[in-house]
Amino acid sequence: MGIIKTSKLIFDYLRYGEDEEHPEINRAIDGVDIDIEPGRFIAILGHNGSGKSTLAKHINALLAPTEGTVWLDQMDTRDETHVWDIRQKAGMVFQNPDNQIIATVVEEDVGFGPENLGVPTPEIWKRVGESLEAVGMKAYRKRSPNKLSGGQKQRVAIAGVMAMQPKCIILDEPTAMLDPNGRKEVLKAVHRLNREAHVTVLLITHYMEEVTDADYVYVMDHGRVVMQGEPREIFSRVDELKRYRLDVPQVTLLAYELKKSGVPLPDGILSTEELVDALCQSN
Amino acid sequence: MSIELKNVTYAYGTESAYETVALAGISLKIPDGQFVGIIGHTGSGKSTLVQHFNGLMRPTRGQVLFDGEDIWAEGYDLKHLRSQVGLVFQYPEHQLFETDVLSDVCFGPKNLGFSQEECEELALDALRQVGLKEKYYKLSPFELSGGQKRRVAIAGVLAMNPKMLVLDEPTAGLDPKGRDDILDKIKELHETRGISIAIVSHSMEDMAKYVERIVVMNHGHMPFDGTPREVFSHYRKLEKIGLAAPQITYIMHVLAEKGMAVSTDATTVEEAKESILKALGH
Repeated sequence: MGIIKTSKLIFDYLRYGEDEEHPEINRAIDGVDIDIEPGRFIAILGHNGSGKSTLAKHINALLAPTEGTVWLDQMDTRDETHVWDIRQKAGMVFQNPDNQIIATVVEEDVGFGPENLGVPTPEIWKRVGESLEAVGMKAYRKRSPNKLSGGQKQRVAIAGVMAMQPKCIILDEPTAMLDPNGRKEVLKAVHRLNREAHVTVLLITHYMEEVTDADYVYVMDHGRVVMQGEPREIFSRVDELKRYRLDVPQVTLLAYELKKSGVPLPDGILSTEELVDALCQSN
Repeated sequence: MSIELKNVTYAYGTESAYETVALAGISLKIPDGQFVGIIGHTGSGKSTLVQHFNGLMRPTRGQVLFDGEDIWAEGYDLKHLRSQVGLVFQYPEHQLFETDVLSDVCFGPKNLGFSQEECEELALDALRQVGLKEKYYKLSPFELSGGQKRRVAIAGVLAMNPKMLVLDEPTAGLDPKGRDDILDKIKELHETRGISIAIVSHSMEDMAKYVERIVVMNHGHMPFDGTPREVFSHYRKLEKIGLAAPQITYIMHVLAEKGMAVSTDATTVEEAKESILKALGH
């Protein structure tokens, strides 16, 4: 069993209309089975309302399954005695940086998590320093979070999660509100945590370019996993992705269009270098 | 209809030690019927700039002219201006508040003094134009998806029949299809109703595909103003100010460096494809 595992996961929202007795059932997750090995970088794609965020909230027990089971590091998320363990081991970062920062000084914000876990003070400071270092924000530790850019705030939020020493970190569209530079900074920080601290990463995103470096991709639609595989495999299925309201990176689309016009190119080109090399060979 | 900014400076916290200049002497004219994109990193002054278009912000120095008239002159009807220049904020769906979709869209025209009947007519027209199906009109706005809510919010501004529509990051947080749908609708409005559009965006790819002119903001200044082709040809300089060109621009430049006879000013997938096929002799 991997660090994150779901089995036949189902989640229903109940919606009550004027007639209180017969709620309408909305199935947000419809039989999801995933199994993620520790240390991997996983991306989840899917259109708005496909069930990505609902799935994410199951992993750290913010939501409990209607049917099926979710295990985080072998712990059943429905077992209430494990809730705090689970939330320490699976950290979440959300879309809006302003909703996640609570302190008036960066280092205090990062220390909030471990403080709540009852970590001794010297150890908290050690973790705060290390976490800020890991996301490249150490120079800002005495600053006010208000004065930071969106990308910087998100990195502080990630450091706050890291200070709890989680085994995995779930990022729910962490770059949706950022400008291109902010997006780059955040992605770089997340990849570094994955590589150096061996934290398992689950990245939920709408930006296809952010997925190309992932180890594995799940595509969701109507609460189900409808495609899964390595990025190259997923992005070679352009038409299928479009059916699920998604897209491919521009370079992949260009390669796909050229191939359709008869240029001999391999499937699922993901980077500028790959396309340039392939084109120069066929020239 | 035209909007003109003449040497507009906007400063926060004037006469204090914290004075910050958000706009530094910007001169810009948007003629009738233009589709303009405004790009710049967070804090570059984009949103401050667009809030000058309909008089939400008042320049510290300089003039804002609407159809040649100074909007800050004594006795100028700002309410009328705001019905002519519709501003759609970031995450506009957070501003929906009525009990059903149709009433929410009626709110704008109601404030302009139209009768209930006229309001509904304007609202229905606006909802049709953003492509929202009739079965949603009587639902609470909170029962809709993110993309649908955003279209309702845009309809709320359109219902006032503006001559110009200003949208601050209209696609933020939407999935790729939702993003294309919104931008296609905006383009259609531009084409069928001939209204001017100014759109603030972080997506260079979308800018290349949709707009005819790009205005680049950086620290309150406007270093570039031109067609997407012209602006993206400065891609090295754009990188220095925290921006980038579309991925396509980079591909074309690398191919050209490797000796392929492609045009380096292609900015969309379609243009790049044509140019590469031509270079390969297909």
